[in-house]
Amino acid sequence: MSEHTIKLTVNGREMEGRAEARTTLVDFLRDALDLTGTHVGCEHGVCGACSVVMDGVPVRSCLIYAVQAEGAQITTVEGLEGADGALSPLQDAFWENHAMQCGYCTPGMLIATHALLQENPDPDDEAIREAIGGNLCRCTGYQQIVEAVKMAAAKMRGA
Amino acid sequence: MDGDFKYVGQKRRVKEDRRFITGRGRYAADLRLPGMLHVAMVPSPYACAEIKGVDASAALAMPGVRYVLTGDELFEHINPLLSGLDLPHVKRVPLAHCRARYAGEWVCAVVAETRAIAEDAAELVEIDYDMLDHVIDPEEAIKPEAPLVHPEHGSNVLFDKTWTWGAVDEDFAAAAHSIEYRARWSRCSTIPIETFAVTASWDPGREVLDVWASIQMPKYPEQIARGLRMPVNAVNVHFDIDVGGSYGLKRGIRQTIIVGYLSRVLRAPVRFIEDRLENLSGGEMHGPDRIFDIEMAYDDDATIRSIRIHATDDAGCYPGRAPLQLGKPVSAIVGPYRIGSAQYRAMSVTTNKTSQEAVRGFGQAPTNFAIETGIDKIARTLGLDRDEVRRRNMVRADEFPWRIPSGSEYDSGDYHTVLDKVMKAAGWDDLLARRDALRAEGKLAGLGLSTCLEPSGGNSSFEPLFNPKNDTTTWMEACLIKVDMLGGVTATINTSTSGQGHETLVSVAVGETLGIDPDKIRAIHAESLDALPSNSPVGSRMAIMLGGAAAGAAKKIKQKMIDIAAHNFQLPSDRLVYEDGDVFVDGEPDRKMTWFEIVDIAHRKYHDMPLGSEPGLQANFTWEVPTGGALPAEDGTVQMYPCYAFEAHIPLVTIDRDTGQVEIHDYFIGHDCGTVINPDIVRGMTLGGIAHGIGAALYEKFEYDRETGQLLAGSFMDYLLPSSHEVPSVEIVKHSTPSPLTEFGQKGSGESGYLGAPAGVASAVNDALEPLGLHLDTLPMRVRDIERLINGRET
Repeated sequence: MSEHTIKLTVNGREMEGRAEARTTLVDFLRDALDLTGTHVGCEHGVCGACSVVMDGVPVRSCLIYAVQAEGAQITTVEGLEGADGALSPLQDAFWENHAMQCGYCTPGMLIATHALLQENPDPDDEAIREAIGGNLCRCTGYQQIVEAVKMAAAKMRGA
Repeated sequence: MDGDFKYVGQKRRVKEDRRFITGRGRYAADLRLPGMLHVAMVPSPYACAEIKGVDASAALAMPGVRYVLTGDELFEHINPLLSGLDLPHVKRVPLAHCRARYAGEWVCAVVAETRAIAEDAAELVEIDYDMLDHVIDPEEAIKPEAPLVHPEHGSNVLFDKTWTWGAVDEDFAAAAHSIEYRARWSRCSTIPIETFAVTASWDPGREVLDVWASIQMPKYPEQIARGLRMPVNAVNVHFDIDVGGSYGLKRGIRQTIIVGYLSRVLRAPVRFIEDRLENLSGGEMHGPDRIFDIEMAYDDDATIRSIRIHATDDAGCYPGRAPLQLGKPVSAIVGPYRIGSAQYRAMSVTTNKTSQEAVRGFGQAPTNFAIETGIDKIARTLGLDRDEVRRRNMVRADEFPWRIPSGSEYDSGDYHTVLDKVMKAAGWDDLLARRDALRAEGKLAGLGLSTCLEPSGGNSSFEPLFNPKNDTTTWMEACLIKVDMLGGVTATINTSTSGQGHETLVSVAVGETLGIDPDKIRAIHAESLDALPSNSPVGSRMAIMLGGAAAGAAKKIKQKMIDIAAHNFQLPSDRLVYEDGDVFVDGEPDRKMTWFEIVDIAHRKYHDMPLGSEPGLQANFTWEVPTGGALPAEDGTVQMYPCYAFEAHIPLVTIDRDTGQVEIHDYFIGHDCGTVINPDIVRGMTLGGIAHGIGAALYEKFEYDRETGQLLAGSFMDYLLPSSHEVPSVEIVKHSTPSPLTEFGQKGSGESGYLGAPAGVASAVNDALEPLGLHLDTLPMRVRDIERLINGRET
């Protein structure tokens, strides 16, 4: 299996690593770049645990090969904090609302709703449920996640 | 009682959440060890086959492949895994030995330098099979002509016992009416988003096997040691690994034995992370698969006199703890009702399916569904409202403690008030009017109701009940608290956590007892080698048991501090009062020693300590389950769990006539789990439990093909999990009837929602189907099942 050097920008930092052509982006992020915040759930594109933002769009990193991410701009959960380590309003609202239990789907949920709030600063329940419709959570029943996103949106709007 | 606390019950951010929102959770798959090797499994393609030979030469010839482990080799070096029943001829093994007993069963484990190489090599392992007949249906399995899953056992029946509690026959004879029905709970599971993952690393220098696993299992280190024929004090489980969901399920002892053995043979860290197919097909983590044949005897006024339950449960191929999931429901075998007598026949059957494992509620959710199905039928038959039938039969608030026929005493409750509150909040009459308006528009609309119990504070009384050779009567939990030299407080949790927020729980329990801000208390997960006894977070027990153990240890700290102050004031200890960390002379608040002064004495000034006392400031406390400690009586009566939480569900649904699709429009739950320690945690568990229950009611099923024995649900495209579109917004109506048996009055809530949601949703669907003269008592009520029923086609 041929190996490739992949250069890309992750969370604002230029990075590079080696991967086989068949290596998925999630395995590359976790194994080559040591960014273990992004999780592997189903490896067939249903659960959304591996969601990252790639060139502005939330994607399932288990369905993308690392080599396809050459030159891409990636945001993972590790990139949501401020440079000073301060929590983003979205992260803070997830904490305030206990929008998780085991935390395993949480990075994917944060990424999906982070991308939503970039597009739509004032989403209603339906829009939030739509945005996380491809992210499975087995702990929460989704409700506290919806509440967290609404709280974060309000805070970000200064409401 | 909620109001008397300083920290218990208050809104407080959950300690664990900070690491999860920043991507800093530390899950089993995040661990990196130098020289780590990776495992992929070779599954059996057949539901039943003799393994005649294994040729691993091509696999071993691949660069990067280090080992191929066969079932034969492993069998020689380990002990078979623990069984819940006394079945000497049914040996549960991590890799198939001589015979593969279900499609997907792991036959060989391939070890390589990367997981990708291991997977490639797994495809090259050639196994010579001789196909044998299989059996998939549990009712077929008990017929005399059925092929035997374990021929050495001589039968496919693993357990069959009938208990009769009270005058069942007489009550049936005396009752005006009886009904008879079948309710079917299909094989589903709580499938976490994280699969099972484990790394084992044998350290030949220390002679210790270190284990990091996404585990939720009682006696895990002991089971590893027993399986690998090692002393328990040579196994070190790192309980600080975050577990990505479990809900009872993550009992990966087979997986652990495999990597533990391999690590010792290869002298390298060995890791196995199930992929989703391995998880669903060979991971042996399916849930109850149960047929209920039920009779209820009742009078004209709907008083239910007696119940007969015959539960046939398909354990799958290896009976680990699966059959015991028939045992736990003995704890609440008559639900929240004053049913005077009960007969229970529990039958566990083995088939050529993957094994069943513990699932949220340990068999109680199916049983609740089965009982509630009958309550609705009685209401329909008598033309009474469903809530009225429940009201007439539920135990009344002034009757607690209430002993049920099978011997358990319900600790406390106020079922009528909770039902009243939730019906009022939901606007029951308005919901009925909405339902009728929808029906008037030509829609199929239904309103559901279920009222169920959550037995909590889990102990192990079902073990001796199902296996008299097992005389376990304790299911303790413990906590160690250390106050350091500078006054900081650290408390231990002696098991792993899979989302329950134990660090927050312990901090609040200790903070409440010591009068210290819980945010300043550190709670840590011990390693098994320095851990105190624990039975892990099963049976909805940790708020009760770990909360109680933590408070118990904190009380000892408090007493030591009082004794030190008393010694320094030259007064008897009972003249001193402890408040928020300081100790003063009763009635003389100025004569006070502060927290820091006392801590300083304990750590440095032995000359100021009471004569002969232990220096430092630390205490541990190990707590037996309240009401526990007794073996079952001759007739099988036994106090099973100590505490009983109550929940009442009200969903409003519509069904699409053309597709059969169910949509849940409104959902209300009345919930009473006594004193709540952290409201966000309890709320989350309840909402999540309802989501699980909706999955069990409408979507989730491990379907098998009877002809081939193949699992037809090996991915999330076939095994459907409810998404944010299927799970509605839920309103929780809270009530608190504290338990008299626990430290703060808390009961369990880890299974809340799940224990009543399937029954509630089924009630709503059947209410919607009633105008058509149809009913469905089989879960899940999938789109196609309902569509076929409506359109008169066989389901």
